[in-house]
Amino acid sequence: MQAQQISIFLENKAGRLLDVTKTLSGAGVNIRALSLADTSDFGVLRLIVDNTTKAEDALKKNGFTVKKTPVVAALVSDRPGGLHGILGLLTEAGINVEYMYAFVQQSGDNAIMIFRFDKIEEAVSILSEKGVDIIDGDKLYTM
Amino acid sequence: MIYNIEYETMPREALESIQLRRLQATLSRVYATVPFYRSKFKETGISPGDVKTLKDLRSLPFTYKQDLRDNYPFGMFAVPMDNIVRIHASSGTTGQPTVVGYTARDIDTWSELMARALTAGGATRGDIIHNAYGYGLFTGGLGVHYGAEKLGASVIPVSGGNTRRQVIIMKDFKPTILTATPSYSLHLAEAAEEMDVSFRDLNFRFGVFGAEPWSENMRKEIEEKLNLKAVDIYGLSEVIGPGVSIECHEAQKGLHIFEDHFIPEIIDPKTGEVLPYGETGELVITSITKEAFPIIRYRTRDITSLNPDPCICGRTMARMNKLSGRTDDMLIIRGVNVFPSQIESVLMEIDGIEPHYQLEVDRKDNLDTLLVKVEISDRTFSDEVKELQRLSTLIENNVKETLGVSVTVKLAEPKTITRSEGKAARVIDRRIF
Repeated sequence: MQAQQISIFLENKAGRLLDVTKTLSGAGVNIRALSLADTSDFGVLRLIVDNTTKAEDALKKNGFTVKKTPVVAALVSDRPGGLHGILGLLTEAGINVEYMYAFVQQSGDNAIMIFRFDKIEEAVSILSEKGVDIIDGDKLYTM
Repeated sequence: MIYNIEYETMPREALESIQLRRLQATLSRVYATVPFYRSKFKETGISPGDVKTLKDLRSLPFTYKQDLRDNYPFGMFAVPMDNIVRIHASSGTTGQPTVVGYTARDIDTWSELMARALTAGGATRGDIIHNAYGYGLFTGGLGVHYGAEKLGASVIPVSGGNTRRQVIIMKDFKPTILTATPSYSLHLAEAAEEMDVSFRDLNFRFGVFGAEPWSENMRKEIEEKLNLKAVDIYGLSEVIGPGVSIECHEAQKGLHIFEDHFIPEIIDPKTGEVLPYGETGELVITSITKEAFPIIRYRTRDITSLNPDPCICGRTMARMNKLSGRTDDMLIIRGVNVFPSQIESVLMEIDGIEPHYQLEVDRKDNLDTLLVKVEISDRTFSDEVKELQRLSTLIENNVKETLGVSVTVKLAEPKTITRSEGKAARVIDRRIF
């Protein structure tokens, strides 16, 4: 019930993001979701792509520092309080969200959120228990 | 004013005969008492008796900082510990400082040289000296202190740091001479400004600045901001401490070397060949009056040239020009000696760090800054920003703890730091000296 995310270390300098998109496009990899965390010196680009292995190989070949991290893609109903409900469940169970970001595409009336948890197994079982839909990686990459 | 007119204005011929006599005595003594020198002279096939003229000094082997480290801590002392009254040490690479000792007579000599230096810098016995050099193992603080007392001036042993208190002391005690590192003096000027204290209202006449290289532009800035006349002082603990050479405030053009105690040579750092007056090369110093820690042909790594021309101040002692660099990769950051290899060993102790780093030195608001660029690796990279920041902080703390100098760490992408050998790639020094 987990999905793989690719993280890339980027120095804050002009054109670095362009180098990533160029590499991925050259490898025929499609980006499905992304988030960029930045500080004054560097950034961490996080990606969900349609072919994680291909993307990782291509990026490494081009000298990027790449890391795969398990994340959870959950369906969040697209209405006021949708995200709030899910976060409430997690907080009650003592699970921290390290970061999260939205998937580009919607799934029916739901938004798809990507979560990075400190305790991923526990998070998955709590969410499943409470009836939150979690999208498996294989499905997510090709949505 | 000249503190010791007899020696400081001695005709060069008479000076040279004193130098030769003292050199010969020193050589015989180190040969007899310091195994390091005896074996080195034997290796070169030289005995002290072979040195018949000052020129013969050239046939003696050099002494390097590494020799001092190899003989850590007291192996180079030429007298029994009973006769040692003081020990100083300088920050060395990777936890191995260089240690020097002084007999009571050495302390007297040093005090005399510092009294001469302070006098050349404009001080008299009527002055109050605000001594902001650090007191402790570092020779700066105590060197100036003993010289000031020898001169008969009043010395305020304020040492380094606690800058606001220093400004209050300057305002209340009205010192007339400031002794500090040049960068700290500008830091004092800023602190005073923040506290609404103007140097125009203070009583400083002269400042004696050293322990780090500084430029003519910085001199102008100091003189303007601190409302005093600034002179340069030079010295190193391996030779004696501050007081090896001093600029006179009359000319402010080159530092008079106290040649009745030290013989300076300028060499080509690559071939070791002695260069004539006026040519630029590495300064090599031989001490000829030290008892506890004589040093023969010490490679200072400092780059300068010598000028024997008479000076308007009346001193006959040759002058060395303001330092123009070093032959090794030592950096002086806010008065602290830093070798890139020290930073490297701190980095290597952290799991997963690659040995690729670059040091960027700059001067911001008159204080030296040191940026350490470190490449991220597969092992140190994390998708979480806070983990990466934790890594930076860990490096910063470890460097501060080991070297005593604050740095900023910047994480870089792999293979972005130049891989070529040598100083140029490792260190970018943007300071202007």
